[in-house]
Amino acid sequence: MKPFTLPMPARYGINTALLIIFLIVGNAVTQSGMLGRAQNSLIIQIGFFIILAVSLNLMTGYLGQLPLGHAGFMAVGGYAGALFWRAQILPDGASIVVGLLLAGVTAAFVGFLIGIPALRLRGDYLAIITLGFGEIIRVVLNNIDWLTYGARGLQSIPRHSSFTVVYICVIFTCAAIHMLMKSRHGRAILSIRDNEIAAESCGVNTTYYKVMAFAVSAFFAGIAGALYAGNQGILVPANFDFMTSINILMIVVLGGLGSMMGSVIAASILTFLPFVLQPLNEYRMIIYSLLLIIVMIFKPSGLMGNYDFSLSRIIEKVVRRIQKAKGASADETR
Amino acid sequence: MRPGDPRAPFIPDRDYDKSPVMQCVGLGIDFGGLTAVDDFNISVGPTEICGLIGPNGAGKTTVFNLLTKVYQPSRGTILINGKDTARLNTIAANKLGLARTFQNIRLFQNMTVLENVLVGLHNEMNYGLTKAIFRLPGYWRAEKIAKERARELLSIFDMEDTANYKAGSLPYGSQRRLEIVRALATNPVILLLDEPAAGMNPAETEELMENIQKINKTFQIAILLIEHDMKLVMGICEGIAALNYGRVIAKGTPAEIQSNPKVIEAYLGTGGGKPDA
Repeated sequence: MKPFTLPMPARYGINTALLIIFLIVGNAVTQSGMLGRAQNSLIIQIGFFIILAVSLNLMTGYLGQLPLGHAGFMAVGGYAGALFWRAQILPDGASIVVGLLLAGVTAAFVGFLIGIPALRLRGDYLAIITLGFGEIIRVVLNNIDWLTYGARGLQSIPRHSSFTVVYICVIFTCAAIHMLMKSRHGRAILSIRDNEIAAESCGVNTTYYKVMAFAVSAFFAGIAGALYAGNQGILVPANFDFMTSINILMIVVLGGLGSMMGSVIAASILTFLPFVLQPLNEYRMIIYSLLLIIVMIFKPSGLMGNYDFSLSRIIEKVVRRIQKAKGASADETR
Repeated sequence: MRPGDPRAPFIPDRDYDKSPVMQCVGLGIDFGGLTAVDDFNISVGPTEICGLIGPNGAGKTTVFNLLTKVYQPSRGTILINGKDTARLNTIAANKLGLARTFQNIRLFQNMTVLENVLVGLHNEMNYGLTKAIFRLPGYWRAEKIAKERARELLSIFDMEDTANYKAGSLPYGSQRRLEIVRALATNPVILLLDEPAAGMNPAETEELMENIQKINKTFQIAILLIEHDMKLVMGICEGIAALNYGRVIAKGTPAEIQSNPKVIEAYLGTGGGKPDA
């Protein structure tokens, strides 16, 4: 008997149905007023940290490079989106979509420009040069007063980051990166991580794929930046410093390099933890750090390692087991 | 070119009326003051199996790296199917039809066996980023064809059953075979094998010999191999070039190479009580 497999349309069907149910439930909860403003904001924050982590995972987990300037791309996208939203050229619905796309494209363009020289380096050198570029972006934003209002901050940004918008962006990011990784482009990216020389000898254009991964990663970081702006209502360049990049990297490493599910879980935990630990005041950061250290000692490959969750695979496994049990009992009766 | 021409040492009779698939003329490379390879001339017929032998450090792998453009040659020309490869990089050389395996296995360890072969088929598929992300029909079509082709290639070495295993978890011999399959997937005109039998036991080597001949016959491609296992080299190569200190010291059929005094000297040193200088 052939092992049971779910056909492709059924897989998509199940996943889409679950996602829509979650959207409706989430929307109902956030709109009902059950949660306070702080809780609502926390959910939005988890959302854009997931986007940031998943997009950085494309660079660190899948491509195997270590850039440290993710907050820079987030800043570029944030300011691009916020400035567009403030101008209020389009009606609200269209404005959200165009603003997010504009944020992504601007960040991707900056990522492309930085990626061409930066990706000639690797390892520690790439980390340092991207860190430098990230800081340059922040300093530039601080000094073009006429556009960004510098250190005073860009204020009265329309609060477009509702649960629905953030949720759809999260799903779009995860789906797009998942689809990318399961195509010939994704395999090329993985092959560069595993063995660059062998990848070249297979005809994979390594420079092209490194820059492309960098730009795609920056695109989603830009979208996350815009969502951040739409949640806070105010943008200050100081929010996009080096520590923000490190925080995002921490999420990726804690979740497991190369595991999208890991990034999602770690982003949720690490955003949620400081919030629930608030009553502990100054002990909060100690507990937070201790938890990180404990995870790294007992699970150095991250929470999920490089395992990736697939609902269809689990369903298949369960059905196969049931079929087996049935087959066994049928044998007995015979 | 005729028999006896020094640049065409061992094109077999069946290939004489065809132009050679690869030609090197006066190939050489210097690393600083060290001349690693010099005056390397070779012509390989379209369906020929030939070997490159020589003691350790003779420059065999350097020749492979020159051919695949990992190093740019200091002088000389490489022609693939009559096309000059000057100023091309590894990727362009691969697209011209050069595929290789490595002395120390270079697989994509964390990817499955099937995915390894699919990376080899990378340039055979040509759907873009949008088709991939939105899963348009072009994506499905190309992926289906590529996966079928990959399984077909794996079946040459009876490896279809291991398609979903991690490449790094395969036993050593299978890893070597997978590397050959991956190279074949790029649709080469000439296959360069760098010590394919290294670390194999006699039975595995025997099987490898059969497989190399099978590849040569079914794909009708040329094969150039570096090998220390003389049984393999003498058994399947139609022509052999022996290299020492970066220079070709002898070319010819296996029988000629075996009796060539220069080759014997390179491997065993000078006999007759002459002191080593």
